[in-house]
Amino acid sequence: MTIQFKTETFRDDFTFSNSPEAIHRFPFPFDKDEYMYAVNIEQHMPGPVKSAFEFPIDIDEHYVSEMKDRALVLKQDPLRCQSLPHMITAEWDLLELLMESMAKNYPEHFTLTRDGDSWHWVNGPLGIDQKFTFGDTSTLPYPPMEYITRQCQGDFNLIDQRNDNLWMDAGIVTTQADWSLDFDIGMNFMEWHAPVPLAHDIGVFDRALKFLLNLQQGRPVRRLNWTMTINPRLDTSPENYHKWGVDRTTVTPENVGNKVHLRVELQALWRLPRSNAIVFSIRAYLIKMEELVTIPKWGRRFHRVLRDLKPELADYKGLTRYRQMTVDYLSKFDDGAPTSPGFFPD
Amino acid sequence: MSAIKSRPIYPGLKVDERAKRHLVAAEGEGALAVLEAFADAPDAWSRMTLLYTPGGSAPANHSETLQGRAPDAFHLHPTRQTLMTRLNALLDTATMGTRLYAAGVEGHIGEVVAAGLAHGVDHLSIRTEHRGSLARRVQCVHCKGFIDDVTISPVPCAHCGVPLFVRDHYSRRLAAFQGVSINAETPDEVPASEELYK
Ligand code: HEM
Repeated sequence: MTIQFKTETFRDDFTFSNSPEAIHRFPFPFDKDEYMYAVNIEQHMPGPVKSAFEFPIDIDEHYVSEMKDRALVLKQDPLRCQSLPHMITAEWDLLELLMESMAKNYPEHFTLTRDGDSWHWVNGPLGIDQKFTFGDTSTLPYPPMEYITRQCQGDFNLIDQRNDNLWMDAGIVTTQADWSLDFDIGMNFMEWHAPVPLAHDIGVFDRALKFLLNLQQGRPVRRLNWTMTINPRLDTSPENYHKWGVDRTTVTPENVGNKVHLRVELQALWRLPRSNAIVFSIRAYLIKMEELVTIPKWGRRFHRVLRDLKPELADYKGLTRYRQMTVDYLSKFDDGAPTSPGFFPD
Repeated sequence: MSAIKSRPIYPGLKVDERAKRHLVAAEGEGALAVLEAFADAPDAWSRMTLLYTPGGSAPANHSETLQGRAPDAFHLHPTRQTLMTRLNALLDTATMGTRLYAAGVEGHIGEVVAAGLAHGVDHLSIRTEHRGSLARRVQCVHCKGFIDDVTISPVPCAHCGVPLFVRDHYSRRLAAFQGVSINAETPDEVPASEELYK
């Protein structure tokens, strides 16, 4: 199965769009007509063929262009990739996890040959051919986490576990929903989640932390999170908020279908073998309202979710300024018919 | 119930009776916290290295009172910055059995704790007490510049000029609250500043 990689942009002229196949495999995050925070964690098991859940690490038609965008972000702001010194073993663990998974599930694009510690990695789409010694940072052009995540879609955090807590001690974060790695690095689970409204009070974070402290090797888990973004911009960082925030004022009834995007994060967590650290991957998928409503169930359902969303959540996610206009647009695609349970299109 | 989950708790100074050396960094009214905490531990003063900067409390002359208790070493500093330079040098050569204490405004405590972290001191082992104003140390998320003694929001960034909303989100590593553009979505207006953290 060869993927046709698109040439597109996530800034300036924003040429990003989804093919009909990409729309169909979009990880729509609502299994019912309403949304509230919950401990929505499930086993990261292989999902339906061609879905975003088919493989542990999902590579899609946007891969090459997303990697170009990441390189641009890192060039402008190297602080988007940081790792505290004790995380180097976890970095190698991550490199192994990603290379193994990509090579196994996309053999026509990536190959990995291992002979003891002598590894040979070939990345076809990005034109990379690298021989290196596993465990020896001097044999790679970047530190291991940065090396492999410049070649893998999604943001990544490496989480250390100590004192019955989780600590965000490394990461690469260039496609985030408005939070800063440079600010949060070194924080624990409760601290980095501090700005989230309501969830602390209903015990979501207490239960999620307890669950993750017991995460087992070989039994990864996943969850979906979502927000909305104006224009298909990947780099909605706080660092650059003074540049992109104004986009939120540009939505009109004429352009809402094209400008307003649902942004879904497929987050997966793995326990790592050598370091006992946890990988937290945050893979962002974007879909504009015009594309979303081509799946009738999703148009109906998202209309209801957005219309009835608690104001605290709308404010936190930054939707307030354009929410009503989007609800009005979506209402034209909601005939009031019942929706079937579950995420997938009918 | 709107406690800031990422904001540290400062439980108050408590003398570690077993410490071989008390390394104490105090600012302004933090002097009073030191005097109170160590009032019942007269022996401790002979094992104390005390760094003090008076800040806004200069008229109260706490430095004389502190010095009167005869700490083993006393370093009086004109500013928080010079105090931190000395503290970092002391931490470089600190030995086992040293207990670190910080008292004063939150920005000062934060800097001491961050220096401790950078020297491998577990933050929970550092004894802290907040005294004096509620002023915040803020980092501009856009240009990464630090602004000290912030009492108003929004506050113009002292480095890049962006008017900043001070978020209730605190980084121990940076010893600062996060400042984010307040008018990115309304570029033509800046809301009036309010005194919030006096
Ligand atoms: C250990 C891995 C995790 C990391 C590194 C992580 C990180 C983050 C960060 C940085 C934010 C943004 C906070 C801000 O506004 O500054 C966030 C938001 C959030 N996280 Fe996590 N998180 C993790 C696991 C989880 C889990 C397991 C849950 C399960 C309930 C969860 C639930 C949430 C929720 C509900 C939000 C608010 C999202 C929104 O409304 O857009 N997180 N997380």
